[in-house]
Amino acid sequence: MTTRDDMLARIRKCQPAPVPLPPIPVFYDAATPVLERFRAGVERMGGKLVEARAGADLGALVRSLYPEAKVICSACAEVKGTRRPDPRRPPAELEDVDVGVVRALFGVAETGSVWITAAQFGVSALGFLSQHLVVLLDPALVVGNLHDAYRQRAHFDADYGVLMTGPSATADIEGVLIHGAQGIRGLTIVLVA
Amino acid sequence: MSKRVDHSEAASKFIKAKDHLEFHDKRLWDLRGKRDREVERLPEWEQLRTLASAIKEHTLTHLADYLEEFERNAIANGARVHWARDAAEHNQIVLGILQEAGASTLVKSKSMLTDECEMRPFLEARGIEVMETDLGERIQQLDGEPPSHIVVPAVHKLRGDVSRVFADKIGTDPKNSDVHYLAESQRRHTRPYFLRAGAGMTGANFAVAETGTLVVCTNEGNADLSVHLPTLHIASVGIEKVIPRIEHVGVFVRMLSRSALGSPITQLTSHFRKPRPGTAMHIVLVDNGRVERLGMADFWYSLKCIRCGACMNTCPVYRRSGGLSYGSTYSGPIGVIIDPAFDLRKYGSLPFASTLNGSCTSVCPVRINIHEQIYKWRQVIAERNQLPIVKQQAMAAAGKVLASPKLYRAATEATNLSLAKLPRVVLYNRLNAWGRQREVPGAPKRTFRQWYLENRKPKK
Repeated sequence: MTTRDDMLARIRKCQPAPVPLPPIPVFYDAATPVLERFRAGVERMGGKLVEARAGADLGALVRSLYPEAKVICSACAEVKGTRRPDPRRPPAELEDVDVGVVRALFGVAETGSVWITAAQFGVSALGFLSQHLVVLLDPALVVGNLHDAYRQRAHFDADYGVLMTGPSATADIEGVLIHGAQGIRGLTIVLVA
Repeated sequence: MSKRVDHSEAASKFIKAKDHLEFHDKRLWDLRGKRDREVERLPEWEQLRTLASAIKEHTLTHLADYLEEFERNAIANGARVHWARDAAEHNQIVLGILQEAGASTLVKSKSMLTDECEMRPFLEARGIEVMETDLGERIQQLDGEPPSHIVVPAVHKLRGDVSRVFADKIGTDPKNSDVHYLAESQRRHTRPYFLRAGAGMTGANFAVAETGTLVVCTNEGNADLSVHLPTLHIASVGIEKVIPRIEHVGVFVRMLSRSALGSPITQLTSHFRKPRPGTAMHIVLVDNGRVERLGMADFWYSLKCIRCGACMNTCPVYRRSGGLSYGSTYSGPIGVIIDPAFDLRKYGSLPFASTLNGSCTSVCPVRINIHEQIYKWRQVIAERNQLPIVKQQAMAAAGKVLASPKLYRAATEATNLSLAKLPRVVLYNRLNAWGRQREVPGAPKRTFRQWYLENRKPKK
């Protein structure tokens, strides 16, 4: 008998009497408008939120947000940047990126999170090796809470996806909160259709 | 044979460092307060706890089916799935994967399971360089200590301690104990490892059967750096981490960081499903005592645990004794009910490291009846004669006295009398563990029975 079959057989023998799977009810917060909650969530978790008009020059916007950036690596068509992520190249080559730019597929008001996938990043390391990240998000795609997010089943067929909420952070020494632990130091979300 | 952990002896050392004790107590209680504020904002919190508990109980009572479904989907996604009965098998599998890939450096994010398996020393002894990349876990690795808390591994250290460890081991300025400076130093020290490591390792908070996805909840970004840069990703996953469907992730993610740190979500909730083109993903499913626990009628509920640490933060004994005093990867109330299942003799003192106040049970996001299990472990330990001799004799004497009204009356009257008359040296000796840090309360002038006989006895 293989280890696998042995483990499964022992598990079947030890499993307590079956307990049914409950349905997940709909939880709904109608008190505050979704975008207002989203903004509060983003800011609470250390991110920044800016709004851009449709057709605005997003490249110029990114440069104005990070005027000192030398390397801007953009994974989306709306922003040219100085470089594009190339999935054929080793991801470590992104270590000199000052600002990464990517488009999120949806946002979550409850937590201020944005959902970004491997396909959106081009090279997933872009979201973590870059010093700062700018995320474009269509404000119409912000859902209420995490249940709403996870009910959008198709999004979770992505090879890789991340709910990113503010920049990387740690409070491992004396509880002192530091933004910019090992991943991005800053996150700016640009609301633009 | 394993050496018994003496929790109260170890705790007494922790208590002696007054600054550390005070900070530790305050910091963890602060996390509890943040949790409370976050929980109060969600009107459905109690409903979510019930839901989370039921989803876990359903999964655990159908565990074999869900593990098979997870395995099937993970393989279809291009991952390799391994099964390990115990720590030794787990460590051997990981070593084999690394050797096959020719990887000699492993960057890893925090995983309690790999700590439980003592994987790091095993790999290091076989020529693999292992780099913990979570700040707290890295501090502990450099200091040669295990983590003292499952969420904040170095919570028992003050900035001066970290400054000394970093100065000694990674060459920071020994006079600088600024927290920003220390964290930035670690960031700069760790980055080159991510760039050159042959393999990365993570644990998993949830393994979704429906999609074969591993969900990893972190704040620092180190788990993603460990996966997205090397060409090999190894994930160690306890079998109890599987949940049925994607929609269930939402229930647990809503509760995990709120319970752990009092934040609505971790900065990163990463979903690893397929290895990126040209790379490999290996998943090791580990038993290591979990199947046996699943078969224990009173104790299988502890497998619902999502490792948030809320029970530790609220526990007065944990806050005042420090995680290291439990002598195990899992400390605090959750450790108290998990550890004896691993080794009853070694961890037999832990269920007594509790006041049974039940605070752990009331903050647990998956409704584990922690304090009831602590009480039940005490019974098991007593039945199997694993009590320390002093406690055994005291309990035997108490049993005799409490069983006989006559003896009990004589004993209480004698005690009240003697408490008032005996010299301190007799009362506060080594046998009276209770009196070591406290004063015995003053004895009443008469017993309840004496009062009752004078005031309430029906007149004949």
